[in-house]
Formats: sequence, C-alpha cells, structure tokens
Amino acid sequence: MVSHSDDTQKLSLKRVLRDERFWKIAFQVITALVVLLLIAFFIGNLNANLTRRGTAFGFNFMRNPAGFSIGESAIRYLPNDPYWKALLVGFSNTFTLVVAGIALTTVVGVAAGVASFSQNWLLYKLSRVYVGLVRNVPLLLQLFFWYFAVYSNLPRPENQISFVGIVYLNNRGVYIPWPATAQLALFGVGVVIVGAIAAFFLWQWHLKIRVATATGGKPQLYGLIGLGVLVAAIVVFGLNWRIPEEVEGGGVVGGLRLSREYVASLSALVFYTSAFVAEIVRAGIQSVSKGQWEAARSLGLPAPSVMRLVVFPQAMRVIIPPLNSEYMNLTKNSSLAFAVAFPEIYSIANTTFNQTGRPVEVFLVLMATYLVMCLIITLVMNQLNRAVQFKER
Amino acid sequence: MTTTTSGSFSAGPPAGAKIGPIAWARKHLFSDWFNSLLTLIIVSVLGFAGFRLITWAFIQAQWLLIPNNIGLLMSGTYPSNQYWRIWTLLGVVCTLAGLSWGIIARNLSRLFSPWVLGGIAVVSAFFVVFPATRPSSMILLPMVAIVAVMAWVGRLVGRKLAIAGQLISLLWFVSYFVALWLIGGGLGLRTISTNDWGGLVLTLFTAISGIALSFPLGMILALGRRSELPVVRWLATAYIELVRGVPLVALLFMGQVMIPLFLPEGARPDRVVRAIIALSLFSAAYLAENVRAGLQAVPRGQQEAAASLGLNTPLTLTLIVLPQALKIAIPAIVGQFISLFQDTTLLAIVGLAELLGMGRSVLANPAYLGRYAEMYLFLGIIYWVFCYAMSLGSRKLEQKLNTTH
Repeated sequence: MVSHSDDTQKLSLKRVLRDERFWKIAFQVITALVVLLLIAFFIGNLNANLTRRGTAFGFNFMRNPAGFSIGESAIRYLPNDPYWKALLVGFSNTFTLVVAGIALTTVVGVAAGVASFSQNWLLYKLSRVYVGLVRNVPLLLQLFFWYFAVYSNLPRPENQISFVGIVYLNNRGVYIPWPATAQLALFGVGVVIVGAIAAFFLWQWHLKIRVATATGGKPQLYGLIGLGVLVAAIVVFGLNWRIPEEVEGGGVVGGLRLSREYVASLSALVFYTSAFVAEIVRAGIQSVSKGQWEAARSLGLPAPSVMRLVVFPQAMRVIIPPLNSEYMNLTKNSSLAFAVAFPEIYSIANTTFNQTGRPVEVFLVLMATYLVMCLIITLVMNQLNRAVQFKER
Repeated sequence: MTTTTSGSFSAGPPAGAKIGPIAWARKHLFSDWFNSLLTLIIVSVLGFAGFRLITWAFIQAQWLLIPNNIGLLMSGTYPSNQYWRIWTLLGVVCTLAGLSWGIIARNLSRLFSPWVLGGIAVVSAFFVVFPATRPSSMILLPMVAIVAVMAWVGRLVGRKLAIAGQLISLLWFVSYFVALWLIGGGLGLRTISTNDWGGLVLTLFTAISGIALSFPLGMILALGRRSELPVVRWLATAYIELVRGVPLVALLFMGQVMIPLFLPEGARPDRVVRAIIALSLFSAAYLAENVRAGLQAVPRGQQEAAASLGLNTPLTLTLIVLPQALKIAIPAIVGQFISLFQDTTLLAIVGLAELLGMGRSVLANPAYLGRYAEMYLFLGIIYWVFCYAMSLGSRKLEQKLNTTH
C-alpha cells in the first residue's frame, strides 16, 4: 500500500511539473517576488541613505520659504513665499509654454503636412526639406541655436526691429499687443469660445435646413455673419489693447514683453515638433484611399475643397492618436527650456532640490505634474478621437 | 519625386514622353494665379534668405573656431598622446564596416558601382579640402581605403563562407568591448578616467551602449505587456507608463542624484555609467511600445500554428512571433534609436562633455565669444549626418527584409 501511494504522489508531482498552469502561476509568483525584493532592497537603501543624511521622507518642507527669486511669472510671487508657491509659478510658466506651443505646432505642422501634397513643386520640396532637416537635429541643439544665435543676436533696443509698428523685437525680447488687464484678456477668450460654440450650432442649423429643403437657411447664414462681426468687434475694440510703442532712444513701452528665454523655447519646441506633426499629417492623408480623391474630383470639387471636405476629415482618424503622443512629447520636452534658464517647473524643482536636498519628494512632485498634464491632453484627444471616428450604425 | 496627390499608382507621363523645362515649370510652378503667386513669394523669400546666409557664411562668419578645436569636439579632453587609441578604434570600426558591407553586398555583380565610387571620391575630397580635418586627413584617407578594401575582402569571404554573416555580428559584439578597452584603458594601456571622455566619442559611446541595453530590455517589456499572465502584464505596463510620463532630463538629472541613493552606501557607479543607465531605462519604455505595435500586427494564427506544431512559449516567441514583429517594427525602432542618439545631447545638461557639451565649453572660451551660429551649425551638421544615415539604413533594411509579394 505504501509503495502504491508513493507512486501516485510521484505521478502527481510529475503531472504538476508538466502542467502549464502550474508553470504560469509559478512564473508569476517568482517575478512578483523578484520585483518585490528589488523594490524592498532599493527602498531599504533609500531609507538608510536618507536617514543618514537627516532628511527623512516627508512633504513638510514645502511650507518653508523658498528664498529665491524667479525671473518671470504669470502669478504674483515673492522670494519669501513658500516652496509650493514657487513650484506653482514654475507650473504656470510651463503651462503657458505648453499651451502656446501646442496651438502653434498644430497650425504649423498641419500646414507643413498639407504642403507636401501641394501641386506647387517648390512648396512641396520646401516642406520635405524642412521635415528632413529638423527631425534629424537634436532639439536641445536647436534650442541653443534659437536662444544664442537668433534671439540673443537681435539688435539692441536702440535699433530694434519693428513689424508694422505693432510687434517689436530686440535683444531683450519680443513685444506684442496685449489686452490691458488679465481679466480683459480672459474675457476676450471667453467671448471667442462662446462665439465659436454659437457659430457651430448656427452652422449645423443652417446645414440641416439646406439638406432638408435644398434652399433657405438664409437667416441663419446672416446670423452667422452678424455673430462673426460682433465677436470680431468685441475682440478688436472691447479689450482695450495695449499696443507696444517705441520710446525715444530705443526701448518699448506697453504691450506684453515675451522674454528671450520664452520665445526661444517656444520657437524651438514649435519648429521641432511641427516637423513630426507634418509627417503624421502626411501619413494620415496618404492613408485615405485614392478612390476618395478621384470621386471628389469627379464631382467637380476644386482642389482645396477636396482636401478640406473629403480627404482631411477621413485622415483625421489616422492623425489623432499619434498627434496625441506628439503633444505629450512637446509637454515633456518643454522641460528643456530649463537649459536656457526659462523658469519652468523642472527648473524650479531643480533649484528646490538643490536647496532642500530632497530629491525623492521633488521628483515625485515633478512626476505627478507631468503625469497630470499628459493625462489632460490624453483626455481631450480621446474625446476628439471619438468625434472623428467612423459613424457606424 | 511625384507631385501627384497620393498613392503609388500615380500616373506619370507616358513612356518616352519628355516634358521640356518650360512646360514642366508651367505645370508645377505656374499652373494658376495662386500657384504663381506662391512660387514668386517662395522664390523671393528663399532668395533673400539664401543671399543673407551666403554673405554671412563667407564674409561675417569666423569658421576658425572649428579647426582650432576639432580635437576637443571629437574626443574631449582625452590626452593627446593617447589619440592613437581613438584612431585604432576608428580603424577597427572601418574594417568591420567594410567587411559587413562586402558581406551584405556579396550577391551583387558589381561591388563598386559608379555611384559608390563617386561617393568614395566625394568623401575623400571632403577630407582633403575641408580645413578642419586637414592635419588628420593623412589618417582619414587611409580609413576610407580600409573600408573599400575590406568591402572587397568581405565579399570574397562572404561568398566562400556561409556563416560570414553570423561571424561579423559576433565581431561587432566583440568590438564593443575592444572599444571599451581602447578608450578606457587597463590591461596594459594607461587608464583614462571618464572625466576625460568627451566629444563625439562620448556621444557615440553612450548612444551605442544605450541602444544595446535598451533593445533587449524594451523587448522584454513589450512581451511582458502582451503577456497573458496578469502580474507580469501589470508590472510591465506600470513601468512603461510611469517612465513615459516623465521628461528625460528629469530622469537623467535625478538619475545622477538618485541612483546612488537607491544603492548601498559607498556603491556609486561612474557618472557615465549612471547616464547610460538612465538613458537605457528611459528609451526601453518607448522601445517597448514600438515592439508592442509590431507584436500586435502579427496575426494570431501564427502563434496558434506554432502551438499546434508543439512549440512551447519561448520557442514560439523567438522563432515565430518576434522575427515577424521586429520586421514590422523596424521603422519605429530605428526612429527610437535616432531619438536616443539625439537625446544624448541632454547629457550636456547633467555635466557630461559630449559633443554638444564640448561645443558649449569651447564657446565659453572668451576667444570665441559670440560665435554661436558657427558652432551650432557645425554640430547640427554632424548630428544630421548620423541621424540621416540611420534613417537611410533603416529604409534599406526594410526593403531588404520586405518579403511580401
């Protein structure tokens, strides 16, 4: 009997060893154990090292006064404000850089991508050369080029460059017209957004009537034009624009001064990322089947309408997912602005770390900030993606 | 170069039909008023910019800072009496490159086509004419000759020896350690501290090490993320998403600070090693996503067929799935390698004097005050050549591996 039971035990062990399910579980357990041990090892070392340095983990230091000044800031900040406020200033600077960067990149990138389908040989070549040149040179190098070789090399305020008297460039920065107060600027943005939403619905209404009756819809069209005029009037006259003015002997008063650091970072980010966006747009347009082009042309649509009404909406489906990751790349790459001393979040975090000697906490804050920004971009882009997908029943 | 709107079946002119330059210009540059206006605007803007650029490059620019500092830019503060080690390394690389070229091209009827000969002539002429390379061109020209001769040898060997391909891969692998020995010293050579590594040599060394380390790691992560085992999948996903959420410069900087914190007291890896670790860990997460896209493109039937033949999971992956997935993912993977190469510039921020960092320290010399444009243009050209070569190589590789009918 004993020998028999021994036999079955052996058999079952053999069976277990041969069973794929056993190995699957065993492999997972081993992986989990190895990773846990590694993490425990690292955390243990970290704790030991931090205790030895006398900086046990904790975020209390964030309430201490920062004690350093920040060159430019969208919100009020004084050197003896706490660290969390300094980091907030850094975040606001990153935010302005990223928002302007994404807006400009979209415009430039889509234009360059569409240009590579131009009938005009020169424009087509120009777009290809731009993409081929810019994508193969590191962003940091381009950033240094913009900052040191372009914006720092601009003329001194005495003989600054002016564009039709409303934009001024000199080696202190770029001056652009700006609404008198921040509240007015926000109000202007609000008016434009509300106007755009109203215009969208009016246009839908107009289309609905046109589709149903093939005529009419005139009042809606007039309404649309009126709305456009109204919004334009509010934006042009209602915001009390401060236009930069040249003062005697050089220099500028009024308007908004964009620092050299900001403009150089923005230029480098936009110029670099747009080349990638252009390739994405080109691939997206290429993915639209040739039959669509031919069908649109045989309906008698002129070339710009073929692109705008038929091809581009279909290309959007292919364009949006990679565009999302380009926007995230731009967000993360904005940290390079630190290399030309633009006080964005990474640069502030770096100073904070240097002063407090708390790499872990600062790194966690930094990671959370970028994670949140990337998440917001992804959320918006996912909504957009859903809107441009094929409408299937 | 077609200017037609899309598709690979763009209807060109009928065979034999030739378009005169005037008709061509009318079709491609002046087809209607809008196009003509566009052409005129572009021509005037490009003409103005080109004129300014040429006058700047030939009159205002002072290019002397490049030849005066070429040693620094290429190999940093490496002691100049040890330069022969770098040259030897270049010789080894040229030998291997020539051999690989010959072996890859072993089935071509003519190794040195007119195009290739022209290319060799242009490169040699460049080394003779370009002032920055002048004292070194006595060594650079033989290097070109080595490549050409070794290509010929490689073709002979490749035709005789069936395993030449594997052999050359092995030699490349070994050459990495030879390079490490030649640059770093030890085993009879004078030891050179990593503080003296720099310039293009350091850029290439970190980029190649990063590529070599991140590729296997990225593959493992991609397989992990696609795994049906939940624990493995969660871990891989968490790693990939966390790393992709942080900018590289933060990882590099904190890597310099935090890697020592995570290790036992006293264990402090060299800063070049720390930089390579951070670069590889970062790149692997992106690479994993590229490989994952390739894995997703392999039809499920392939895996099922392999399973029904009795292959176990590791064999299925290595013999059936991965070769197909990697082939699909080549453009994306090479794109990631290119961006890793570009990302090595960030080492300049964390205080390693790679090519860009070296350029910046040259610019910090008061003798070259304000010569930013010259330096950055020169560096830009170097980076461009390497990145463009990589993307060209990936396109060739893609064509070679394209087995669809």
